[in-house]
Amino acid sequence: MAENTIYVVLQHRDGKLHRMSREAIAAAQMLAGTIGGSVEAVLLGSNVGDLADQAAGFDLAAVHVADLPVLESYTPGAYVNVLAPVIREASPAFVVFPHTYQSVDLVARLAQEIDAAYVPEVVSFEASGDDLLWRRPVLGGKLQARVRVKGEGTVFLSVQSGAFRADDAAVAPESGGVAITPLAGTDVSSDRELLGVEQVGGDQVDLSKADVVVAVGRGIGKEENLPIVEELAAALGADIGASRPVIDNGWLPRDRQIGSSGQTVAPKLYVAVGISGAIQHLVGMKGAQCVVSINKDPSAPIFTVSKYGIVGDLHEVVPALTEAIQAARG
Amino acid sequence: MRVAVCIKQVPDTEARLRVSKDGRWIEEEDLRYVVNESDGYALEEALQIAEGSGGEVIVVSLGPQRVQEALRKGLALGAARAVHLVDEAFQGGDAAATARALAAVLQNEDVDLVLTGSQSDDAGWGSTASMLAGHLGWPHAWLVMGVEMEDGTAKVTREMESGMNEVFRMSLPAVIEVQAGINHPRYASLKGIMKAKRKPIDTPTPAELGLDPAQLGAAGSRIEIVDVAFPESGEGAEMIEGDASTVAQTLVDKLQNEARVL
Ligand SMILES: Cc1cc2nc3c(=O)[nH]c(=O)nc-3n(C[C@H](O)[C@H](O)[C@H](O)COP(=O)(O)OP(=O)(O)OC[C@H]3O[C@@H](n4cnc5c(N)ncnc54)[C@H](O)[C@@H]3O)c2cc1C
Repeated sequence: MAENTIYVVLQHRDGKLHRMSREAIAAAQMLAGTIGGSVEAVLLGSNVGDLADQAAGFDLAAVHVADLPVLESYTPGAYVNVLAPVIREASPAFVVFPHTYQSVDLVARLAQEIDAAYVPEVVSFEASGDDLLWRRPVLGGKLQARVRVKGEGTVFLSVQSGAFRADDAAVAPESGGVAITPLAGTDVSSDRELLGVEQVGGDQVDLSKADVVVAVGRGIGKEENLPIVEELAAALGADIGASRPVIDNGWLPRDRQIGSSGQTVAPKLYVAVGISGAIQHLVGMKGAQCVVSINKDPSAPIFTVSKYGIVGDLHEVVPALTEAIQAARG
Repeated sequence: MRVAVCIKQVPDTEARLRVSKDGRWIEEEDLRYVVNESDGYALEEALQIAEGSGGEVIVVSLGPQRVQEALRKGLALGAARAVHLVDEAFQGGDAAATARALAAVLQNEDVDLVLTGSQSDDAGWGSTASMLAGHLGWPHAWLVMGVEMEDGTAKVTREMESGMNEVFRMSLPAVIEVQAGINHPRYASLKGIMKAKRKPIDTPTPAELGLDPAQLGAAGSRIEIVDVAFPESGEGAEMIEGDASTVAQTLVDKLQNEARVL
């Protein structure tokens, strides 16, 4: 067991390192500082020489690169074929992944393959005696849990979007270059035949430039209740957005969804109506300048990212707010 | 096609949660439980696939006695039979321990496809089914928004970030982890509910599945929850209080004069 080695597996798109890969590097470096170790990166792809150079720009002990045609597109089969022997052989203490949809598809399977423990969706960590405790959301983000890993062996972690700052990833000192080493890939085969990539729902309403967004969540109860929210949006001159369950129930079209699977918005004003504030929703709207939340549950996590909060029944508060805005605007 | 669907029972999202006395989880007494959201969609997808191919659905769940209600719901909706891992040794495990138990069940079932939800709304490991696929040696896909059976393969649409989907073909048997919103789940009919009462629920023990209890449940888990807490409000929201018209007035005033966004 390489007690002090931390691996970080990088994800990339269109020839660039994913922002969350830089966050994962920052997390791995912070962890190395805590346990007194060093960080090595692993990069998989086809024709990824430039990306390897980008990775080598960070303060890392090494960059390991698997550059194979079969890795042109991600498939869990090929990625497991490459990563399992590498991790088994090097036996690092930790392997850090960005908690992207690609990683979640991959990491649990890889953990099972090499019998590693896996803590998904890490948002922070702390030392406690001889243990490290990993903090992650549970119960839809309503609670945060601290978890501990028992027993020996490599531990996998995937770090949630925005939990560590990409800008904190330390760059390599000018003097020494970071060694880039090729990984041999034998018996690597894909387990998916890719047919294409498509935009969900075709023509999109673009909410990314909206100035004011009124977003409605499951708390609205049923489709017939939507008009009160539409009236508020009209009074504010706002676009309507929604959390996922509202879309899944068919109450609003898919292109209104805000969050990790939907659109990312950054309006001046974001009014969240009956939305609890699960992390997958928050990543889509936490860039808003001023968030107002209306929720009947005083401990709803949406209040932690809000400037103003109103605890109450949306059926009373929303119409009153619409009236007050209409009055103020004359 | 024979399709197995693994479902989990979780606290209703509407439930008011309280931290348990030992601080390690929530108070479970008096809590209302429901079928995990994405698992409900997986169940519907399983029923549609089985109906489309003249097959049958087996519904599987690991959990305490109360989980029978979730299994009866699956049977009422049209599943042919159920398997309930209710033995104490199975309970309280992490994703790896749960996957081990489910794999032992599914190895004994002659199924072409296993469907599950993508992530549970309680612990939310999002890992169990991918680990299960590893045990079975089958391909898997997480966050699936479309499945079509074509010439003994599955054409799968998988969600990516930012409103994009990826489409690919995978071989069968496979484990497919369904994302909420893939279909429109049906409701149980009275006839279905009556029929479900006579459908069998098997409750195999670890020994019957050839499993060592030390590898299962809390004893067989490497991940342990130390404690849970409500998020720190930190620099959280300024809470505006009063009756509806007062809070509305105050808020509008603040939005105009303090935040200056109106
Ligand atoms: C991989 C993945 C991707 C996802 N992507 C997204 C995404 O892109 N966008 C997204 O939004 N979600 C996404 N989700 C789902 C996410 O995890 C949550 O389930 C979802 O955001 C919850 O939506 P909600 O807040 O509307 O519902 P709930 O969590 O059910 O919250 C409803 C809220 O309404 C309140 N409420 C109820 N009645 C009233 C009332 N009368 N008055 C006032 N308040 C009331 C309740 O107190 C509660 O806080 C994703 C999940 C996964 C696993």
